[in-house]
Amino acid sequence: MKELSIEAKKDKLNDVLAFIDTELEIMGCSMKSQMQIDVAVEELFVNIASYAYEGDDGNAFIKIDTDPDNSKATITFIDEGVPYDPLKKEDPDVTLSAEERPIGGLGIFIVKKTMDDVIYTHEDGKNILTIIASTNK
Amino acid sequence: MTINKELNGSELTIGLVGRLDTATSPQLEEEIKAIGSDVNKLVFDMKELEYISSAGLRVLLSAQKMMKNQGSMVLRNVAESINEILEVTGFIDILTIE
Repeated sequence: MKELSIEAKKDKLNDVLAFIDTELEIMGCSMKSQMQIDVAVEELFVNIASYAYEGDDGNAFIKIDTDPDNSKATITFIDEGVPYDPLKKEDPDVTLSAEERPIGGLGIFIVKKTMDDVIYTHEDGKNILTIIASTNK
Repeated sequence: MTINKELNGSELTIGLVGRLDTATSPQLEEEIKAIGSDVNKLVFDMKELEYISSAGLRVLLSAQKMMKNQGSMVLRNVAESINEILEVTGFIDILTIE
């Protein structure tokens, strides 16, 4: 398991993705899986950077782990900000036309659709969000 | 990300190279805001686009809304991995993909 503790700021996104991609490459993750995982990681990290600390400084802790045969990656995001369960957010209506579609609300929906599993818990004042993704799509 | 623009009469082609994500989307948003009202066809050439996140999708959606008022918008040469993101988000039905 590898861990990263990083300032929860949008401009740290490239560092977060570099950390994740390095681990995914070691696992032999396919290009397609890597892109889907990167998109999910981006959405979740940017969410923390945007909302968790309500403008104050704070850190995000990110852990990545794999199963013995490297077929699944488990990535956990932890922050100590405002309790927030993004899974409670209502899914956007993907059948609306371009004119009717609101701009936004897509990020967590993409995460739910592309990841095998997304789990939220709140423990000891911490938001803990875990995604599990296949590495061989 | 690199943005290549080519204006041919009233048709503007924007070639996207690299990653359209949280960091680079504002750059594309600026380019779209700067599009003149005389442009009636906007073409995104996605051949060299490697990655798109929801931040990028939001910019494409606002471009689509803008172009609806003054003409049309199409996406060309969409890679399979990007096509899948368009699929799960329902964008595949609201954008025109050639």
